[in-house]
Amino acid sequence: MTTETPTGSVSGAATDAIRAMASRHRIHWAEAIPWIVAIAVFFMLPGYRLLATQILILILFALSLDLIVGYTGIVSLGHTAFFGTGAYVTALLATNGVPDPIFGLAAAAVAAAVLAFLSGWVLLRTHGLTLLVLTMAVTVMLHELANDFDEITGGFDGINFTNSKIFGLVKLDQLWYTSSYLYALGCLFVGFVVIRTIINAPYGRMLIGIRENSTRMAAIGTPVHLRQVTAYMISGAIAGVAGALWVQVQGNVTTAVYSFQMSGDLLIMLILGGTGRLYGAFLGVVVFKILESTTELVLGTDHPYWQFAIGIVLILTVLFARRGLLGLFEDFTARLRGGSR
Amino acid sequence: MSMPALETRDLNKFFGALEVTRSVDFSLAQGARHAIIGPNGAGKTTLINLLTGALRPSSGRIVLAGRDITAMPAHRRVKQGIARTFQINTLFMGLTVIDNLYLAVSERMGFATRLFRPAGRNRAVLDEVERLLAVVKLEADAGTILNQLPYGRQRLVEIAIALALDPKVLLLDEPAAGVPSTESHIILDAVDSLPKDIAVLIIEHDMDVVFRFAERITVLVRGAILAEGTPEEIAANEEVQATYLGEAGHG
Repeated sequence: MTTETPTGSVSGAATDAIRAMASRHRIHWAEAIPWIVAIAVFFMLPGYRLLATQILILILFALSLDLIVGYTGIVSLGHTAFFGTGAYVTALLATNGVPDPIFGLAAAAVAAAVLAFLSGWVLLRTHGLTLLVLTMAVTVMLHELANDFDEITGGFDGINFTNSKIFGLVKLDQLWYTSSYLYALGCLFVGFVVIRTIINAPYGRMLIGIRENSTRMAAIGTPVHLRQVTAYMISGAIAGVAGALWVQVQGNVTTAVYSFQMSGDLLIMLILGGTGRLYGAFLGVVVFKILESTTELVLGTDHPYWQFAIGIVLILTVLFARRGLLGLFEDFTARLRGGSR
Repeated sequence: MSMPALETRDLNKFFGALEVTRSVDFSLAQGARHAIIGPNGAGKTTLINLLTGALRPSSGRIVLAGRDITAMPAHRRVKQGIARTFQINTLFMGLTVIDNLYLAVSERMGFATRLFRPAGRNRAVLDEVERLLAVVKLEADAGTILNQLPYGRQRLVEIAIALALDPKVLLLDEPAAGVPSTESHIILDAVDSLPKDIAVLIIEHDMDVVFRFAERITVLVRGAILAEGTPEEIAANEEVQATYLGEAGHG
């Protein structure tokens, strides 16, 4: 049923398939939805801007993870290594006389990319469970370092800092989150456009090839390890930017930015939303954070209840929706379209 | 005599005490149609793995068109013109036929690291993909995801990917393995119509395929070359009869 083509001819099928491939990067109208929602939230739910700002930044963080987990097939439980490095670089620059926020983001990206290069070169020689544990170990190690060198990092209490105005015009606002929200939204948009472009470029197709079959990729002449390291660096850089944003809008950094818990949560968000499909990161983070805050409202702020709720949702996702909520949604729309014909 | 397309000199491979390749001096002529036969465990696939760089030899040398490639990593040998197919399909099962071919063509043409221009805008790659589809007659399946494709047609994708790399030397590891006999002719046709300037080395169990295809045959037994010659010479060789063809006749 799916192999039938309107033209019916053999070369017609090839031409149609190639045409479909050639137009895959085009923008679909539905892709405007998240941005419209984001702007609507800004105006209609001003009381939730703090939560919404965190969601925007976490989406950027989750997108960076999707690039390696969903597209390249590198599963990591230690992505906060880059998030935290970006956060500390930005904070320490601000407390040492370089308070420009945009420069802070750029420096965070570079520092995180360097860390990704150094750790990735070694780690990405391993696979599967070994890799998973090693990514975790790097994060735990950095967390310990940040704790030990508390005269620099402020340790558990952290350090407070202030950034200068964005482009010398607007101050980051930590009370009403007006400028902070828009700043985070702008950065997410830029980050998203970069990732979307990369995914649709030959480079992104190549990453998918590594995910699907790395033996075959080597056999068509791809230096797989090197390419994995570059993807890890790009992903790390974006995670570093997310970490920098996270602390810039709060004006404070603590060792929590290196927490292993956050790495795990991020992976859960991504699996929940759906890996390897860009908008899975949006959906997963939003559902996770809303679930988190509503279970707190309903069941009280006791930690275990919240963990219990997300645990059940995750089990249901893995059992019944392997491709995440977005995959479920895709199946649903496909069925609707099939039924209307 | 012209320079061989690919040759090995005193090639050895040991796994501990197990000798899987023993002083193999093998030469593949340019544009050759050459088959390697031998009983199970003769080291045929190991030899392919040594030639492509998937395995490192314990000693000896591998020379591609006069250039020593013994120490060259596998992915760089591909760029020097060695392509292979796998005995067991090694493909991108979750992607469509054209996506499978796209990846190989994009890598060969040097576009795979481009970050910003959409993949679908690259006409040169798409045209080449379309040409390859025609070569292996897979146009009707162009948009089909591989795990929906019959095994025989998946084998054709293996061959098409190898051709997409524009090889000088093509190593076919049992191209018809696992294909039902009703479909095997599409594989044999594809193998028959390979461009004449490519040197082809085929590993195959099916003697009909071997004798139909090969102009030269090497017999490998327990890692070493037992005999080499034209199909007629091999068919007449008593030692080969005893150790291999005879067994196949009984089996």
